[in-house]
Amino acid sequence: MQKNNVLTRLMRNQIFIPVAALILLAIFNLIMDPSFFKITLGYNSVGNPVLSGYLITILDYGSELAILAIGMTLVTAASGGQDISVGATIAISGSVVLRVLCGTNSRPETLQAPIIVAFLISCVAAMLFGAFNGVLVAYFKIQPMVATLILFTAGRSIAAWINNNELPIISDPVFGYFGGFIPGIPIPTPFFIAVACMIVIALVLRFTNLGLYTQAVGINENSSKLNGLNPAFIKFLTFVILGLCVAVAALIKVSRISSINYSVIAKDIEMDAILAVALGGNALSGGKFNMAASILGAYVIQFLTTTLYKFNVQSDALPAYKAVVVIILVVMSTPVVRSWLSEAGKKIKGRTSQKAKEVA
Amino acid sequence: MKDGSVLEMRGICKSFPGVRALQDVDFTLKQGEIHALMGENGAGKSTLIKVLTGVYEKDEGHIYLKGLEQEAAIRSPQDAQKLGISTVYQEITLCPNLSVAENMFIGRETKHLQDWKKMNEAADRILQNLDIPAKAKQQLADCSIAVQQMVAIARAVDMDCKVLILDEPTSSLDEQEVEKLFGLMRDLKKRGVGIIFVTHFLDQVYEVCDKITVLRDGKLVGEYEIKELPRLQLVSKMLGKELDDLSGIKDESMTYHEEDNMVPVFEAEKLQSNAGIKPFDFYIKKGEVNGFTGLLGSGRSECVRAIFGADRVIGGTVKKNGKQIKINKPLDAMKNGIAYLPEDRKRDGIIGDLSVRDNIILALQVLKGFFKPFTKAEANKFAEEYIKLLDIKTASADTPIKSLSGGNQQKVILARWLLTHPEYLILDEPTRGIDVGTKIDIQKLVLKLASEGMSVTFISSETDEMLRTCSRLIVMRDRKVVGELSGSDLNQSQIMSTIAGGDK
Amino acid sequence: MKKKLVALLTASAMALSLIGCGNASSTSGNSTSAPASSGGDLIKVGIINNDPNESGYRTANDKDMKAMFTEANGYEASFAYSLKNDEQITAAQKFIQDGVDYLLLSAADTAGWDSVLKDAQDAGVRVILFDRTIDASEDLYEASIVSDMAKEGETAVNWLKEQGLSEYKVIHIQGVMGSAAQQGRTGALDAQVAADSNWSLVTQQTAEWNAEKAQQIVQSVIDSGEAFNVIYAENDDMAKGAVAALDKANISHGVGKDVIVMGFDCNKWALQELLAQNWNYDGQCNPFQASYIDEIIKTLESGGTLSEKTIIMDEKGFDATKITQDDVDNYGI
Repeated sequence: MQKNNVLTRLMRNQIFIPVAALILLAIFNLIMDPSFFKITLGYNSVGNPVLSGYLITILDYGSELAILAIGMTLVTAASGGQDISVGATIAISGSVVLRVLCGTNSRPETLQAPIIVAFLISCVAAMLFGAFNGVLVAYFKIQPMVATLILFTAGRSIAAWINNNELPIISDPVFGYFGGFIPGIPIPTPFFIAVACMIVIALVLRFTNLGLYTQAVGINENSSKLNGLNPAFIKFLTFVILGLCVAVAALIKVSRISSINYSVIAKDIEMDAILAVALGGNALSGGKFNMAASILGAYVIQFLTTTLYKFNVQSDALPAYKAVVVIILVVMSTPVVRSWLSEAGKKIKGRTSQKAKEVA
Repeated sequence: MKDGSVLEMRGICKSFPGVRALQDVDFTLKQGEIHALMGENGAGKSTLIKVLTGVYEKDEGHIYLKGLEQEAAIRSPQDAQKLGISTVYQEITLCPNLSVAENMFIGRETKHLQDWKKMNEAADRILQNLDIPAKAKQQLADCSIAVQQMVAIARAVDMDCKVLILDEPTSSLDEQEVEKLFGLMRDLKKRGVGIIFVTHFLDQVYEVCDKITVLRDGKLVGEYEIKELPRLQLVSKMLGKELDDLSGIKDESMTYHEEDNMVPVFEAEKLQSNAGIKPFDFYIKKGEVNGFTGLLGSGRSECVRAIFGADRVIGGTVKKNGKQIKINKPLDAMKNGIAYLPEDRKRDGIIGDLSVRDNIILALQVLKGFFKPFTKAEANKFAEEYIKLLDIKTASADTPIKSLSGGNQQKVILARWLLTHPEYLILDEPTRGIDVGTKIDIQKLVLKLASEGMSVTFISSETDEMLRTCSRLIVMRDRKVVGELSGSDLNQSQIMSTIAGGDK
Repeated sequence: MKKKLVALLTASAMALSLIGCGNASSTSGNSTSAPASSGGDLIKVGIINNDPNESGYRTANDKDMKAMFTEANGYEASFAYSLKNDEQITAAQKFIQDGVDYLLLSAADTAGWDSVLKDAQDAGVRVILFDRTIDASEDLYEASIVSDMAKEGETAVNWLKEQGLSEYKVIHIQGVMGSAAQQGRTGALDAQVAADSNWSLVTQQTAEWNAEKAQQIVQSVIDSGEAFNVIYAENDDMAKGAVAALDKANISHGVGKDVIVMGFDCNKWALQELLAQNWNYDGQCNPFQASYIDEIIKTLESGGTLSEKTIIMDEKGFDATKITQDDVDNYGI
């Protein structure tokens, strides 16, 4: 009985859906090939200890998505819409990093500026582009999808223009640490960066009213205004925060290959980020949100991608498989199906308790 | 089925987890009858209506309709519509961006939508028949709320309905509009439509209804001929106790005596906002309860919104305790100890998906600042304190506010503002759409707060409520302050004549 | 009101994107005419190309054309760029009206060119296609200069065969499915794998020309523990992504190492990787068509005839053991 109560309470919790999806995927892999969970410690070409295995890969490659999901969740909550320009702004931000590091020469022998400076400048740039989206949404009241369509369309060209359409390549191995391994530490750096972002957002949500304000504005703008909030500014703020997330994700992305390809870097990542928010059980129309569920949603998506790669799914059919799984997950997370599930759960519970009585 | 009835409901039961919303309720509606369904919030009125319209499925009981041999099977709103049961809700459920005619025919099995000209002609014919001042091609959003309400009724009537349910149709209408609506109802009555009328306005019940069915706590109290049930008895049946007269609280209000040399807590001079009101002067002193009165749309709400900075202020000066201050936005007003409970609870008051707790602490939290959130323990303490103080009926402080009844939602909003310990509290229609018990609670609370030194501005459409609570009334007409009444001038007829502006 | 605002903003966004596209004013916009020349004996050519920002290949191609068709070489050239067929057709009509002698065309789309090319013929404008073919009668153009993607694939596979491995376990990373380059480069490898039991594909997936995806695909194979000794990536970007995954997992690659790395397109940076012996092979996709075109025009102007309508360019495959700095400078794009 007690156990059943815990179960129903768990099922009502928003985080249930991504957790359930994760468990399903894990069970599937366990049955198909238990070696999926094998993690080995080896040494890479520079002689550093590194952990490898599918699980490590998931934590590694899911990082950018998890970081973006943080910002996307806030934007969704406050504005009731999504930013579809994050892929393009990652291109811009990544391009800025490389531009600062390379200076005028696209293949520098040594870095022209410290990495931290390049990163900070790219943060400013990404936040400015976030602010641009934010102004359109918050002050000009344009639908978020339409407003961010502008940078979605133009962003990659801007990124190419920043580097004069040249292809900068960084040869300094230190730059590769952000998307790879720091010598001596066997866990991929992107995971640390993602965890750092999670800690920061957790602290922000705990020690400021960002959560309460964004939810209030997303649920009822009129009321929020009459309670002394400035809805436009809060929406604007969420876009700027998303900009910061974009800058961090972009650093990881360009560090992975120490280079950039403007037209394909972080391609379609906006859709995955939005999907992470939806998978977390958050309403895409805004309002209440659960940050942990969104982040978990991001890792579920990466888990799925890695699983599909592992099973060598016929290359051009890959997106189709992904779509099917996504449909199932998203349908499962809708309130309709969830109430249906919990009712079914109750019936089972009723039956078992009846049986228990009979036995007694 | 008895002769002349169009609808009989027998032994209806409906339970929700933890609540027995309806227990063995009977209801009979005769042809050509306007039947009031009365009860406090939570009495089961809306559950009964929702069972009848197929929104909820009943647990037990039978529903019979005229012309049907066997029991009526109503499993969805579509079923109900097909059987001739139509509903017009308090909130307009039409599409504001479509034309009147489209709204009348959309979603119905009719060929009208395929032929725009025919559709418009048919719509115009119906509108003319029912004497509704709207044109078929007009966009619905361009019509007044009353006309929209009537269009919704016209749509229902044209669907050949036998039973028309009007759920709080008058709460956003002014008197003339209500009269028009009543005209329409009487007309439909003559045509033999049975009308179920759900409302909180007692006056309206006695003006237009033939019969009253009273529910309390999910049970049937009784069915009465209107002539046989005086008001006071109706109220006592709804509340389930002999009422110590509605006017019993009046004495307390008389205790306030204005002292001339007192500096007003709040004072406005030539205040004007962009909402279209003429510049007005205003003041309120410590411990005073005053009010704005006037017809709907006379500018009552706009005045208090200007005071609170809810609309953009474009002129005038305001003083607090004699010192000039600036109020450009609600936060400025809040920082100066002003609180405002808005007129439209759903649109401007509640934050639906948030918990009762978050709704209570919101205003104080905003005052405290972005970087200083309350701890969970603090927030819980505040919430519990006010849930108890105002007797808010909620499962827990974690319950989303939207699942509370209207009266309890209003109490939560009230709690939100009381928590900020304002010096000056503005209540705009705090009693609209809530049950009699809560109404009285709120009135009592207002007087109690005033006696403790709070200044309150109270706005209500029900004049007797204002008379009971206010010691001074500011009368408005056509977005202009036209008079001020206090002392012995405070009575119905004086207010009426000032509003009408005849003899002055 | 709101709609207008949206329209306005979208328009300004378009403008913004144009600014973004053009790194110099001469490469943006639909058509920019070179200054009218006073010399009457210059050959007037109208050149319609895809947007040079599309790829490194296109940038190199455009640079090559600009370097060839100059007044010094006896040409008066006008350029028009677009990735859209209808805009290209409009540009072509304009060039015909301007009375160019030759229309040089790299079509965005294969279909829809019949009528405008007939107009060109009627007006006496001679048409030369470069880089891309179109679905139109051969009579409508003088010549077509193209790459043979299938041949690029064969060259690469033949090179790989010569390496004499006892067993070939290939990770095959494909480009965007259905593109000419993907089909040509995949075809040769597929045929070889089918024909020789010593050859097998460890995986064959599309990374859509995307380095990150290629990195994930290779990472997945490494995680699975399957053995492989060749990476056959259909462009340089994807090869780079694959190498990033190898580096992360301590798998050596390049000349004399565990894994053979093959790429295509001959980006300058890729050839430098070859020079450093980190990669083994890079197949060329020749963007330098200008000299071929020049030759054809010279032949036609002197009254000669062309032996063939379709001219397939020489395309090399570079081997890391043989490549020189000169190769990098000459052929790198």
